[in-house]
Order: sequence, then C-alpha cells, then structure tokens
Amino acid sequence: MAEEAEKIRRETGRVLGRFSRKRGNLIPILQKVQHRLGYLPREAMLEIARFLDIPEIEVYGVVTFYNQFRRNPPGKHSIRVCLGTACHMKGGYITLDAWKRRLNIGQGETTADREFDLDTVACVGCCTMAPVTVVDDKPQANVEPTRVDGILLAFEREREKKHKENRESS
Amino acid sequence: MKVAEPAAVAVAYNEIKSRAESRWRELANGDKPVIMVGTATCGRAAGALQVLKTLRNEVKKHNLDCPVVEVGCMGHCHAEPIVMIKKPGYPFISYGYVNPVVAERLVKEFLLGDDPCLESVLGALEENDLVPSLADFPRAVYEKKIILQNCGQIDPTDIDHYVARDGYAALARVLQMPPDDDVINEVKKSGLRGRGGAGFPAGQKWHACRSTPPGPRYIICNGDEGDPGAFMDRAILESDPHSVIEGMIIAGYAIGASYGYIYVRAEYPLAVARLEIALRQARKLNLLGKNILGSGFSFHIRLFQGSGAFVCGEATALAASIEGKPGTPRPKPPRMTTEGLFGRPTVVNNVKTLAFVPPIIRNGAAWFTSIGTKDSPGTAVFALAGKIANTGLVEVPMGTTLRQVIFDVGGGIPKGKKFKAVQIGGPSGGCLPESALDLPIDFDSLQDAGAMMGSGGMVVLDEDDCMVEIARYFLEFTQRESCGKCTFCRLGTKQMLAILDDITLGQGKEGDIDTLLQLAEDVKLGSLCGLGKTAPNPVLTTLRYFKDEYEAHITEGRCPALMCRELIAYYILPDKCERSCDACVGTCTVEAITPNKKRIKVIDQEKCVKCNTCLVACPPQYNAVIKLSPPSEVPAAK
Repeated sequence: MAEEAEKIRRETGRVLGRFSRKRGNLIPILQKVQHRLGYLPREAMLEIARFLDIPEIEVYGVVTFYNQFRRNPPGKHSIRVCLGTACHMKGGYITLDAWKRRLNIGQGETTADREFDLDTVACVGCCTMAPVTVVDDKPQANVEPTRVDGILLAFEREREKKHKENRESS
Repeated sequence: MKVAEPAAVAVAYNEIKSRAESRWRELANGDKPVIMVGTATCGRAAGALQVLKTLRNEVKKHNLDCPVVEVGCMGHCHAEPIVMIKKPGYPFISYGYVNPVVAERLVKEFLLGDDPCLESVLGALEENDLVPSLADFPRAVYEKKIILQNCGQIDPTDIDHYVARDGYAALARVLQMPPDDDVINEVKKSGLRGRGGAGFPAGQKWHACRSTPPGPRYIICNGDEGDPGAFMDRAILESDPHSVIEGMIIAGYAIGASYGYIYVRAEYPLAVARLEIALRQARKLNLLGKNILGSGFSFHIRLFQGSGAFVCGEATALAASIEGKPGTPRPKPPRMTTEGLFGRPTVVNNVKTLAFVPPIIRNGAAWFTSIGTKDSPGTAVFALAGKIANTGLVEVPMGTTLRQVIFDVGGGIPKGKKFKAVQIGGPSGGCLPESALDLPIDFDSLQDAGAMMGSGGMVVLDEDDCMVEIARYFLEFTQRESCGKCTFCRLGTKQMLAILDDITLGQGKEGDIDTLLQLAEDVKLGSLCGLGKTAPNPVLTTLRYFKDEYEAHITEGRCPALMCRELIAYYILPDKCERSCDACVGTCTVEAITPNKKRIKVIDQEKCVKCNTCLVACPPQYNAVIKLSPPSEVPAAK
C-alpha cells in the first residue's frame, strides 16, 4: 500500500514538474497523470489542486465531468465496447452483455484478479466495422458474442504460454 | 503588423515547393515500384497493420527496392485493408480486402513476377486498358472530391506530399495579400457555410471577429467529433492534417489572430499523433510559427485533447474546456466572436470548414459557388454507416438527393433487405423515411424535414431496425451527455427516456405518446445550447414518420422490427430444423439449446439471453431459427 502511495506521489510530481501553474493546464495535467497511473487516485487529485492553487472540488468536478477520466485502477487489459449508432444498431449492446456475462463484471468495473476492465465508449469512428470493441487500444472489427469468447480464449492461451515459459526457465 | 513582403514569401515558398515536387515525382513517377497501405483507424481495425508488416517483410526478404508508404483513408472503408501498388509499366492499382496472404502474393506475383493479381483488385486509380478504374464506377458520377482529394493518396506524416499537391500554395498567396479584408471577402463571396452542422456563413463569422477592437484574438478548430456514427473529421485529420492546419493559418491571418487551438477528441489517438507530426513539420519549414515564410506574420497552434464530453462540441463549452473547466455552455450573446476563449474574440470553425479554405483561395470563390446549390455552395462530406453496402466516406455536391447518396453511391441495402430510414445528423438530427429520399441535401431542406445536416453522419437503417429503439438510443446518449445546467435538458430528457425505456420493455401506457410530444416541446424551448434544443429531434421525427411502430409496442406489446429484446423470443421451427445438424447447439453462448428425442433442437426460453448467435449460426439452407414477437407467439412445448 505504501508502495502504491509512493508511486502516486512520484509520478504525479513528475508530471507537475513539466507544467506551469496555469489553470488552463488542469485537463492536460489530468490526462498525463492518468496516462502514467492508469487512473486518478484521490491523492493525485489533491496534489494537483494544491499545485494549481484551486479548490479541490474543482479538480473533482472536472474529473467527474469528462468521460475520459477514471477514479479506480484499471485492469491489465482494457475492454471498451463501442456503443456508437452503427455499433448499437448492429448489436453492440448484445456484445456488451456477452462481455459482462463472460467477465462477470458490470460496466466501469475491473475483474477481481485485475486482469480486465470493462467500459463503453461513445464512438471510436470505425462505424464501418461495427460492432467494434476496442481491446487494449486496438479496435477489433465485428465483435459478436462468439468473437468475445475467441478474444478471451486468445488471452487465456497467452497466459498459459507465459506461465509455461516461466516454469521452464526457472 | 509589418506589411508583407510579397516577393520574399513567393521565393521562400517556391523553394519548399520545388524540393517537395522533386521528392514526390521520384516516388510517384520514378522507375521504382511503390506500395501504399491505408492505415487510418478504419484500416487498422480491419488489420492494415499486419498487412503493412507482411509487405515490409516480403519486400525486405526479396531485396526489393520498393518504398512501402503509409497513407490515410480513401473512403472505401468497406474494403479495408486497402493496398495500392504503382509498378512501372502498369497503371496505379488499388486492392481491397487485403490480408497477409494476399499481401504476400502481391509481392511475389506482381512485384517479382508480372501477374497483377486481378482477382483482388478494387479498381485502378487512373484510366487504362487493363483494369476498370475507380472513376468508371457508377458512384463516381455523383462524387466530387474537394476536401477528401488527398485522403488516401498521400502520406499524412510527410509534409512534402501535401506541398507537392499544391499544399500551402493558398497560404503563400494569402500572405502576399495586404492584411485587410481581401481574404475575408473571398471567403464571403464563396458562400462557405460552417460544416459543423448549423451552416453559419464562415466569412461573416470571420468578419465579426475581425471588426472587434484590437487585442489578442483566437481561432479554434473544432475537432470534437462527438456524434456517434460520424467519422469524417477523424478521417480528414488522420489522412490530410495539413489541409486543416493551412486553413487555420489562413483564418488566423484573415482575422488577425496569432494563436490557434486544435481541439481533438482523446478517443482519436491516431489523429492526435498525426497532427503532432504535421505541426512539427510545418514549423520546421517555417510555414507555422514566427515570421511565416518571411512575411512578418506569426501564428502558433496548440493541440488540445478533449476528454470525452459531447457537449464540448458547442463553442462556448469547448472554450470552457480549454480554460480547464467543466464544459458547460453559457448563454449567448455575447457571441464567441466578441467574447470567447479567455474572454477574447474567438472564431470556432469545424475541421471541414477549415479544410475548404485552401482550395477556395487557390481556385477562387467563383469556382466554389459553381458547385452545389445557390444557398449551400460546395460539397458535403458524409460518413456512411449502418445497413449499407459501401460503408465509408463520400463527398458529393450539395443538392444531391439522399436516394442518390444511399443507393447510387452507397450501393443500397445489403442482403436484399428493405430500406426503412436514414438517420442524419446524429443525436441532433432525425430519422427520415423512404418518402423523404428525394430531398436534395443542403442545410435548409433537411431542416424542413425535421432532421439537420449535422456534421455529416449518415446511418442507414433497414427493416430489422426498430425506430422506437433508435429514438431511445439517441435520447439515452443526450441524456447521459447533458451537462446538467438547464433544468429542461437535465430532467426533461430523463423523463422522456424513462417513457421510451418503458415502451421498449413492453410497459408502455396509453397517453405516453402525447406526454412525449409535450415534453419534447418543453425541452426544446427550455434549453440554452444546441444539445438540449435538438435532443428531442430523434423522438419527434420517428413519431412523425413511424408512429405505428410506437403504437404496436404500446398496445400489442409487439416490436414490428423484431429488435426490442423484451418483446421478442427466438424459436426453432421444428419442420425446418435438420436432425443431423447441431450448429446452433455448439455456438449457443449459454447452452440453452438442446436436441429433443427426435434430434430437433429446442431453445430453453428461460436460459436464452437473446444474443442472436443461433440465428447467425443456422445454415442458410435450413434457416430454422426465427424471431417471434410478442414472445407469447412461441408455441408451447409438447
């Protein structure tokens, strides 16, 4: 836990060092901190408020206003189901259900083993490939419930392979 | 500002241009073959990066002297990944649906051998006797590419490609004009209207900003393309970023601004990356920054990443967002052109509006007004998606009819299904039925039909799409994205959504339609910004053209399009089910299908999650799986 707190302080400090104390820098700072930590912990938000000399609630207000920011740690793999118009009409909501069913978590949640986190995205602009799921920042085309199983199987296989390699090397 | 030195600017530009041209000639008309791969986001989703890797490996393996260049999006997104090959002695050919196997063949058979792999050809990019060219396709009759001209033809990360195709020529010309109203007058004469959706004349906006008392002014490029179903701005920023940058610098010169912001969604990481590269290259050639081309005019551009809020597409909310605040709109007036970003006069233009500026300056206002209609000159760019054969980007002159765009350019509805409606303008637009298809596309006629041009997303719906569900979907979106400032937008949309939820769940009541209509009017009147004012549009247009579907949901508990999941059930027709086949059993994601004693498959309605997998899996020669609505239609098991 102390390790985590130390990491948060270190990374937040590193980002802040590259910005001037201008209010207009708030969103770019939040973006960079989230990029490094994967999310925006309470301590980081407090630190940023102190740095810009603005009320803490204003940082919190901005973080909760925009869809991009998250306040809980992400999983190792991110699953983003696109729910743009084209994806929705081609069954994106069915795909979302399939992910929920398989990962056994709801939207905006992370699996207990911190392997996967599941969320939706308004539109990634790949409407011609609908329904799209963005897996680890790579848009995947035509993800229907059977592809969901396929993608998860691929991760499973990779994990097993790594596991085996680790055992062999040790 | 110092008066420009025309001669010096021309000399500086010509130097850049001649170097770029010689590099381009070497690539495009040299004696080496060239491979181009479309790697915009749509291409990547279809696997363009694997294709690119295979091509590079093969070229290296065979020691070929052949550059492999990444280009943007050609607009034929349905055929991605697309590869284009120029081999001396052959026409410039594009290939569609390329996978690593085809890519390997292209190198082995075409580049090393002399078989141009005609079976994978999409079309040639120039007239020739060997392969039909894209210009011969029926859709080419309607298309007119102005701002998509470079997309998919040049490497967006190489400024020389853009310059060689007359890029920055308009900027060089403008910098030689005195910094008074000449530039603005040219844009005014062209009649260019804002492509963000509202269609406000761009020249007028620039003029208003320029007429303010001296002091800092800003120009913002609005690339916060939040409409779900629209991807024109993404494609342009990824495929031809310099056209937008050039348009911005010209706008800056015209209104007397020296700072500009490009506001892009963080959901478009590739667009952000390519813009960053483009800005760096433009600065290096002194096309951007201090004392541009020695003219005395300085202009700086900063990139700002939007954090995912639909309301930030609204100009005042967008400015608040750049200032580091939550993006909530404020009342107008004062207009942005008098009091905008940081309280200073600001022009906010859409990506496409700015991309139109360089061609207008190069070819003149008269050329621009000769295209399109009298009140809406120029072309319109649409992102075609949904149930349409040729999904992708199209650019057609204003005044083209919806029918021509959907059936002639877009290739109509696939799988022999029937056209039902077209959704235009995203959450602010509406659904237009068959009877509206002969409307000419321009800013005003679409508004009369209850929709709006919006930024250009066009989602085609067929007989399997439920109109109540699509209205509910858009309202769910606007309700979630409402910033909460205006009561009617915040609470009115919530109540409307609750009613629509009920209807799609089969719990609709008599009187719901009247309440919806009344709430819609209130939300329209009681909201400050475009988001709230237009949020009821999808509900209003579907009620206007498809009222019978609402009624079927409410009175019969039936979804005519068989889409609303609570109102349908999957059923396997016993006399069509083939005993020896168990395709559905194996694919069912929840093991709800089992064979009975006669090996006829039966769905356990309790277990079924209605994921549609069995319907897709059932081989077409049997077609035994059907949907029934209401669910009580399913015959009881014997």
